[in-house]
Amino acid sequence: MEKLLLRSIDVPGSHTLAVYRSRGGYRSWEKVVRDMQPAQVIDEVKASGLRGRGGAGFPTGMKWSFVPRESPKPKYLVCNADESEPGTFKDRLLIEKDPHAVIEGTLIAAFAIQSQTAFIYIRGEMVFGTRQLERAVEEAYQAGYIGKGILGTGYNLDVIVHRGAGAYICGEETALLSSLEGGRGWPKVKPPFPATHGLFGCPTVVNNVETLAALPWIIERGAAAYAAIGTEKSKGTKLFSVSGHIARPGVYELEMGYPFTRFLEDDCGGVPDGKKLKGVIPGGGSMPVLRADELEGVNLDYESVQAAGSLLGSGGVIVMDDTTCMVRAAWNIARFYAHESCGQCSPCREGCHWMEKVFHRIEQGEGQTGDLELILNVSGNIMGNTICPFGDAAAMPAAAFIRKYRREFEEHIAQKKCTVAG
Amino acid sequence: MALEFSPETYKKFEETVARYPRKEAAMLPVLYLAQQEFGCLGPEAIEYVAKLMGQSPAQVYGVVKFYTMYTMKPIGRHHIQVCRTLPCALRGAEKVTSFLKKSLGVECGQTTPDGRFTLSEVECLASCGTAPMMQVNDDYYENLTEERLTEILQQLE
Repeated sequence: MEKLLLRSIDVPGSHTLAVYRSRGGYRSWEKVVRDMQPAQVIDEVKASGLRGRGGAGFPTGMKWSFVPRESPKPKYLVCNADESEPGTFKDRLLIEKDPHAVIEGTLIAAFAIQSQTAFIYIRGEMVFGTRQLERAVEEAYQAGYIGKGILGTGYNLDVIVHRGAGAYICGEETALLSSLEGGRGWPKVKPPFPATHGLFGCPTVVNNVETLAALPWIIERGAAAYAAIGTEKSKGTKLFSVSGHIARPGVYELEMGYPFTRFLEDDCGGVPDGKKLKGVIPGGGSMPVLRADELEGVNLDYESVQAAGSLLGSGGVIVMDDTTCMVRAAWNIARFYAHESCGQCSPCREGCHWMEKVFHRIEQGEGQTGDLELILNVSGNIMGNTICPFGDAAAMPAAAFIRKYRREFEEHIAQKKCTVAG
Repeated sequence: MALEFSPETYKKFEETVARYPRKEAAMLPVLYLAQQEFGCLGPEAIEYVAKLMGQSPAQVYGVVKFYTMYTMKPIGRHHIQVCRTLPCALRGAEKVTSFLKKSLGVECGQTTPDGRFTLSEVECLASCGTAPMMQVNDDYYENLTEERLTEILQQLE
């Protein structure tokens, strides 16, 4: 399979403008800014079938088209580089090894929505990535790809690299905007959506790093070429971050629709040390776990994983072998959400801490009768009752771990200890 | 003695604010400048930033408390932050933390008496493929083993 997103990451100096340009970089941007209209760029990306790669999978061209063209307010494009979903590390790879692809994609998206100010919001912990981006942005300014009167046109665009300060919730677009406005990363009720009421109340589009990095290729080869890859509803390629009990962890680029089991066993080397696969989380820590026996016939695309009872999400594949205590795994994820809850919504703020507490007491051998029903009840009361999807992200995995490994949880409670890992 | 930026840092503050369409958007980078300058963001630093940004100290305090990377108290020269989220946990993160607790003689959240190290556990750092791992100040240390940890600790003055 021809690599689109990962085509340059092993090339020495791939992060530099010189190498990027020598491999055809910024030709798409030149074509867009000199020869295309914003509406054409939107149509092209719509036709490609590109869907947001942060986790929600919303059609990118459609999202852009919600920006009111005639609005007199300034429009903002934000690259969401706040990668924090457990098990996900693909954006970091692009940022560190191919920052110019991320920048070129940011410019193309900004042009499509007629923005003159683009932000790259990068999580505070990624200091090296921030420096890579800052250097690359500076190179791009020097070369005239960003700034005033770009490449002899009348188009002006500034790019600001902005560091977060440690908060998973800031990956949620409205929380990101609250943070970018200088406040706590508090999500906002939708509607209205950022496309009409975003940063400072102005039309704003937030796109994930991987989504943006796909744009130069789409402009260069055309929408039809992108749409020829993948499945009917999941076009193109996707980056999968593989971690946990697997022989070859790392970032892989696959055509959408690639068979899940073949991916794990062949491409990733399978579960090492003679252990057996017990479960896999397919799309990052917020997605329901799939038992090993549930993977038959599942393909890595949005529709197939959804039909199997989970979601593709960020493509963060977390592999667990048969030494894994699922009670401990469930507690670990519950603890993550309890820590990261922004606190605005009572069901989430209180519920996440309750789920962590109850999972923890089960894990410690102090589980009580009715604890599993309690967690399921709390989970059910969080879902759909919050300002943002964080609540669902915390609730879904908790319920899934219990549902998929019910007997193990019951034994752990009855025996007052782990019956798997010991 | 009131806290304030040195002339060089004040200049950086002005340049930072100038980059943004609205002043308030510069809050996070300005807090980083203040933390760098003053060592931590205690009540005095918060009052100073509030004055610079034209906001209430309560507002600034709310921002400081929200984000994990701002600290209100002084910490050690090297802030060791071990990732504890599931993918790292599956690959031995807990052993890393235990080893560090023993080597440094501190619990999580504490600083060594000589002010050299502070030990913390943090959530996913987007380095799951090279687990277990940790962040020390600005740097990631990946694929950790006890040997590597011993080496790293020795190198960090």
